[in-house]
Amino acid sequence: MLKEKIAFREPTIQLAHGAGGKASRRLIEGLLAPYLNVSELNDAAYVQIDQAQIAFTADSFVVNPLRFPGGSIGELAINGTVNDLAMGGAKPLAIVATFIIEAGLETEILEAEIKAMHEAAEKANVAIVGGDTKVVEHQKADKLFITTAGIGLVDSRVNLSAGRVKQGDKIILSGPIGDHGITILFARGELDLEADIKSDTRAVWPFVSKLIDAAAPGLKWMRDPTRGGMATALNELARDAKVAIMLEEEAIQVNPEVRGACEILGLDPMHIANEGQFIAVVSEEYADAALKAIQQVPGGEQAAIIGEVLESDRHIVLSRSSYGGTRAIDMLVGDPLPRIC
Amino acid sequence: MCLAIPGKIIELLDDNLAMIDVSGVRRKVNISLIKHENVNVNDWVLIHVGFAMNKISEEQAKEQLQLLAEIGEEQEALAEVKGYQFE
Amino acid sequence: MKMRFVDEFRNPELIRKTLDEIERIIEPNDHFRIMEACGGHTYSIFHFGLQELLPKNIEFIHGPGCPVCVLPPGRVDEGLEIASKNSDVIFTAFGDVMRVPGKKGSPLNYKAMGTDVRMIYSPLDALNIAMKNPDKKVILFAIGFETTAPSTAITVLKAKEMDIDNFFVYSNHVKIVPVLKSILDQPNMRIDGFIGPGHASVIIGAHPYEIIAKEYKKPVVISGFEPLDLLQSILMLIKQLKNGESKVEIQYKRVVMEEGNVSALEIMNQVFEDRPAFEWRGLGAIQNSALKLRPEFAKWDAEVQFNVEKITIEENKDAQCGEVLKGMLKPNQCKLFGKVCTPDNPVGALMVSSEGACATYYNHLYSTMSL
Repeated sequence: MLKEKIAFREPTIQLAHGAGGKASRRLIEGLLAPYLNVSELNDAAYVQIDQAQIAFTADSFVVNPLRFPGGSIGELAINGTVNDLAMGGAKPLAIVATFIIEAGLETEILEAEIKAMHEAAEKANVAIVGGDTKVVEHQKADKLFITTAGIGLVDSRVNLSAGRVKQGDKIILSGPIGDHGITILFARGELDLEADIKSDTRAVWPFVSKLIDAAAPGLKWMRDPTRGGMATALNELARDAKVAIMLEEEAIQVNPEVRGACEILGLDPMHIANEGQFIAVVSEEYADAALKAIQQVPGGEQAAIIGEVLESDRHIVLSRSSYGGTRAIDMLVGDPLPRIC
Repeated sequence: MCLAIPGKIIELLDDNLAMIDVSGVRRKVNISLIKHENVNVNDWVLIHVGFAMNKISEEQAKEQLQLLAEIGEEQEALAEVKGYQFE
Repeated sequence: MKMRFVDEFRNPELIRKTLDEIERIIEPNDHFRIMEACGGHTYSIFHFGLQELLPKNIEFIHGPGCPVCVLPPGRVDEGLEIASKNSDVIFTAFGDVMRVPGKKGSPLNYKAMGTDVRMIYSPLDALNIAMKNPDKKVILFAIGFETTAPSTAITVLKAKEMDIDNFFVYSNHVKIVPVLKSILDQPNMRIDGFIGPGHASVIIGAHPYEIIAKEYKKPVVISGFEPLDLLQSILMLIKQLKNGESKVEIQYKRVVMEEGNVSALEIMNQVFEDRPAFEWRGLGAIQNSALKLRPEFAKWDAEVQFNVEKITIEENKDAQCGEVLKGMLKPNQCKLFGKVCTPDNPVGALMVSSEGACATYYNHLYSTMSL
């Protein structure tokens, strides 16, 4: 059972509870986790089967629209599951997927998704071994919901735990942030904006695998900054590890179009979802080797050390600009909302 | 009130609209409020809620940065002169 | 890739230079209370970590220039009630409004419960929704200072031109100078100078601030939003204060002209007129401080076309939104700050809006070098 008790007192479940920020955390920690057998909240759970440690994860995908530049819901489902297992230090082995389909959905849409899932699974070297299908009445589901469960074999060289993170550890980010969330926002068509932006969805196991080879003893914690973005992932680290984090603003890469979109809408890239990036906390000793290992895998060239862990009573995340000003980075309550003021 | 960002006009369109570019993101913006100024392609404008509010003066921007760069130079010159000990 | 007209004003060397010059001019016994009128400036100051980099002799008093924060409680409810009671009404507003807590919930809560609430990015979006849904009535919950009013005005003129009769404006546009005067008129108000709103001034120019400089003898420097803009403005203000001057100066010269945007002002005045009085959260009724549609545009005025039941909400007695808005209290001095009132559970709009002083303080409370 979780050590800290957070009460969940809201009478109804709202959209904010699913946005990945503070409200989500309250729901999970306050209402759900107390009934689960978990000591730490991570992307994947560990289950011991005789000598082997298996990573076990579940995920759900409710994206709208179903297809967008760079990918689709099916690809997200496979990559997202693979990535959760990778974050647990496990080589992804098998996935099962369930479809909840709204009656009236065009067959070609479902076919396109199962094909996309097949391709993504091949690329990620993981097997889709089964699943389930349900069809619900019109308007009882938003076209198509996909849920997955995945298992992987935990690499015996890794020991991942927030408790191991301490002062001096370095924080590595695999690549530019914000692409996925902004792509989805544009793809909804509500904005009068156009740009060459596409989702960064990809399986990160190839990077993690090399990272483990090069730096396993120094690798302490990993997370993929999906819904809620970097702000959520890093604040969770600060809270779970009971440390403070200092980031160097200049080291965090943001593609120019993503930056432009964020400026126009008044959004912060740190709050935007990513589907192809991950954060790794590595001891100072192993940080350079870890970084090089990621950079040498095609697609990892933009990986960088973006900050470090500091000992502190305040479990917060700070970001330092090139001229020395620091600002605090907090989790949002719900989804990031564009602003005009 | 306050979120307005610079963008470059890349195309003038009908119906008081212009296509602008902000760091690679393109958006149609209404230019009714600045029609009276001479608006051309490659002009930079300040955009707020989908409207161009004013043109951005490159000249003024340069002047301002120049002023800031010169801060301290007057002091440095004074310090140097004092160092000559003319009195 | 650099962003033009943005990154040049974040140049670390020039920032350092300007800070050094400010340090050089300030004397140990100086204590300057400077009000940054505009919420966007409050946001920038903390977002760029300037409050830490500046000498402690400079104290910022956070102004009321946050158009969402100053809405009287009940106003958002009035708009939402029209939409929730009539299934053919669509309530549209900018993202800033979506989480403002009302009596029965925020616009987002109403949306989750089935009211047709839609987020827009431009007043023209609301007009487009009206055109695409001829059988529905679309209300634009219009907020913003003089920065945004001209854009709403163009939208109303378009609706008139195209003869669109299912589009309505619920106007909450407010004016910056009347509220600054109202603050200066408060007893026990000590403000030495103002950082003037940059974008509202693009429209209204520098002249409206003359009254503050001449009658109240307080210097005003109209500022941009990048770190260099703010630092240069602070430098200009301090120089005036040291010289005993009280003038209106424009720092944001690349977009603000003395006369403002004359065309935009004309358009704004064509469509809007002053309300005799408007109730501001925490500041009471201020004369001629807000805008409503002129009678000739009554056809598009939601307050005329809908039976809007005035909703007054009893504010939490311990909430000190008004005092924070007036600059009498810092956000963290409010009894409810951080305990009862948090971004998660906001009591007032100052904790909701990203440029509200309370939300800014809350988000940056720990943004200090000493951990």
